[in-house]
Amino acid sequence: MKRRSLLAASAAALAAGRLATPAFAQGAPLKVGLITTLSGPGGYLGEDIRDAFLLAVEMEGGKLGGQAVQVMVEDDGFRPGQGKSVAERFLRNERIKLFTGIVFSNILGTVAPDVLDADGIYVSPNASPSNFAGRECHRNFYSIAWQNDSLHESAGELANKLGYRRMFILAPNYQAGRDALTGFKRLFKGQVVQEVYTRLDQTDYAAELAQIRAAAPDAVFQFHPGGLGIGFMRQYAQAGLMANVPQCVAAPSMDSTTLRAVGDAAEGVNLSSHWNSDFDNPASRRFVDAFRTKYNRLPTYYGQQGFDTALAIAAALRQTNGSVDPATFRTAMLKADFQSTRGKFRFGPNQHPIQDWYALKVERVGGQLALVTKGKVLEDHGDAYAAQCRL
Amino acid sequence: MSTLVAEQLLNGVQLGVMLFLLAAGLTLVFGIMGVINLAHGSLYMIGAFAAAAAARATGSWGLALLAGLAAAGVVGMAIELLVLRRLYARDHLDQVLATFGLILFFNQGIVMLFGRQPLFMQVPPWLGGSVEILPGVPYPAYRLLIIAVGLAVAVGLYLLIQHTRIGMLVRAGATHREMVRALGVDIRLLYTLVFGLGALLAGLAGLMAGPVYNVSVGMGEQILILTFVVVVIGGIGSIRGALFGALLVGITDTLLRGFVPGLLRSALPPDQADALGASLSSMGVYLLMAVVLLVKPRGLFPAHA
Repeated sequence: MKRRSLLAASAAALAAGRLATPAFAQGAPLKVGLITTLSGPGGYLGEDIRDAFLLAVEMEGGKLGGQAVQVMVEDDGFRPGQGKSVAERFLRNERIKLFTGIVFSNILGTVAPDVLDADGIYVSPNASPSNFAGRECHRNFYSIAWQNDSLHESAGELANKLGYRRMFILAPNYQAGRDALTGFKRLFKGQVVQEVYTRLDQTDYAAELAQIRAAAPDAVFQFHPGGLGIGFMRQYAQAGLMANVPQCVAAPSMDSTTLRAVGDAAEGVNLSSHWNSDFDNPASRRFVDAFRTKYNRLPTYYGQQGFDTALAIAAALRQTNGSVDPATFRTAMLKADFQSTRGKFRFGPNQHPIQDWYALKVERVGGQLALVTKGKVLEDHGDAYAAQCRL
Repeated sequence: MSTLVAEQLLNGVQLGVMLFLLAAGLTLVFGIMGVINLAHGSLYMIGAFAAAAAARATGSWGLALLAGLAAAGVVGMAIELLVLRRLYARDHLDQVLATFGLILFFNQGIVMLFGRQPLFMQVPPWLGGSVEILPGVPYPAYRLLIIAVGLAVAVGLYLLIQHTRIGMLVRAGATHREMVRALGVDIRLLYTLVFGLGALLAGLAGLMAGPVYNVSVGMGEQILILTFVVVVIGGIGSIRGALFGALLVGITDTLLRGFVPGLLRSALPPDQADALGASLSSMGVYLLMAVVLLVKPRGLFPAHA
C-alpha cells in the first residue's frame, strides 16, 4: 500500500514538473551547479572561483544575462568520488543542466562525463585536461581558462626567452601534472636535466630539493597548485635554493596567495600567465576593485577565471533568453560576446580559449611584493590538441 | 654522490621524527585504550592553527609554542572525556565512525574560525638560515631543530615510560589492561592523561610543521595515513616501535623518492623511468609494511607479548 502511494506521489510530482516547465522559463531562477574544491590545501582556489562567480551574479542583481539564477555551491572535498556523487545528485534531484566550478583535473575527470552524458553543459573555470581538448572533445564542454598544456607551454617559451638551457622539471603525478610537464617540454628548446613526479598528497619536498641541488640546473620549472605549491615554494626558499637556482613557472605555482605565504624569498621568480591583477583594461579593473571591496583581498587568477566564466555564461544566456537548451546555448556561447578581464578572448575549434600569454615577475612595488606584468610571451595561442577534435 | 646520500638520509630522519611525534600518541592510545583514533590528525591541525594564530596575533614564538601545545592538549583531553570515554566498550567500527565524525567536525570548525585561506607561519628569523653540514651542502637550520626536538622527545618519552610510576602503569596498561584495573589503579585518569600526552605530541608536530609545510584545513589527514603505517610497522602500543618504525618509514620513503628514478634512468628511457620511479617510490612504504607484517605479523616491537 505504502509503496503504491509513494509511486503515485512521485508520478504526480513528475507530471507536475513537466507541466510546470514552460512557466519555469519566465519565473523561477535558473539553477547553476557549482562544484568546487573548498577543503584541503586547494580549498582557497575553489573559494576564489566561487566568490568571484557569485560576485558577478551579484553585480548583475542576482541575474546572469538578464536571467535570474540560483547558484548551488557544493564542495567536492578534493575527492573525485565525492565530486561525482554531488554531480549525480544535482543532475537527478535538482535537474540542473548547467555546471561549472571544478578546480582539479582528476575531479573533472569523474564529474564532466556524467554531466555531458545527461545532456548537461559544463563550462570550465580552471581544469581543462588534454582528453577534453583532443579526440574526446565535446559539444557541451567549454573551457574559459585554458587548455592545461598551453598554460605550461607558455612557461616553456618564457624559459627560452630568459635564456635557460638546462631545466629541472617537476609536477605531481596526476592528469594535470603530466599535462604540465608535457606542455612545458613542447615549447622548451633546451635540455631537461631531470623530470620528477611528486605525489599529490605530498607535504615534504626535501628529497626532491636535494636532487635539484645535486643536478645544478639553470632553473627549475614546477607545477604545484594551491597549498602544495605553498609548501614547495617555502621549502625551496628555506633550503637556500632560491638564490642559486631561479624558478620559471606557470601561474598556478605562484598566485597572489602563494606569494604572501612565501614572502621575501619569492622576489625574482618568473612566471607566465594569461591574466594578472595589474592588467590595465576596464573589465579587469572593474573586477579587481569589486572583488577587493567585497572580500578584502586580492583575487588570484582562479577568481578571475570564475568571474570570466560567469560573464561568458551571462553573454550566452542573454542571447538565448535564459534557455540552456544545449544547441541554442552552444551557438550563443561560441560567439564569446563578453568583455573578458584578460582583454582578447575567443574560442578555438575545440571550444578552448585562444588567447595571449604574458610574462610576469615577482617584484617590489612600493615596498610590497607583487606580481608585475612584464610583456607578452605568446600571441593568439591555442592548444596542441585542437586539430584532433572534430565537432 | 655521497653528500647527496647524506643529505637525503638527514631528510629521511627529519620526516621520520615528524611521523614519530604523531605515531607515539596514536600507538599509545591504540595500545592502551584499544581505540582507533582517526581524529589524531585533527589534533595535529589544531596545534598548527593555534600556534599560527598566536604567532600572528602576538608575534612571539614562545607564546605560539605554548598556544599550540595547550590547544592540542586541552582539545585532546576534551575529546577523551566527552566522546571516547563512551566508546571503549564498543567495537572498532563504532570508534572509527565516531572519530571520523570528529574529523569532519574539526575541519568545519576550523573553516568557521579561520576561513579556507591557509595561514602562514614564518620560521623564526634566527632559524631562517642554513647550516653547512658537509662541505657544499647547506641544510636548513629549522629542519635540524625539528630533528633535535624529535629526538629529545623520544629520549624524554623513554625516561617517562621506563623510569617513572606513570610510565610503569602505561606499560602495564598496554600489556594487561584488565589486570591494571583489577589492581585498583584509576584507569580513567590514566586514559585521560595518556590521551592528553598523545594530543600534546600531535600538537607539537603540527606547530613545528607549520612553517615548513602549510597550515591549512585537512592538513592532518594527509599525514595520518603514513602515521598508521608507522604504528603498524612498529607494533601497536610500543613507543620504541613507533620510533624505529617512523625512522624506517621516513628514510625509506625519502631514499626511494630520491634515488629510484635516478637508478631507473640508467636502465630505461627517461619518460618511463620517471613514471615508474614515481609509482614505485609511492608504493615503497606500503611494500615495506607488507614485508614487515609477513615476517613479524605483530610489528617490529609488539607491546602485547
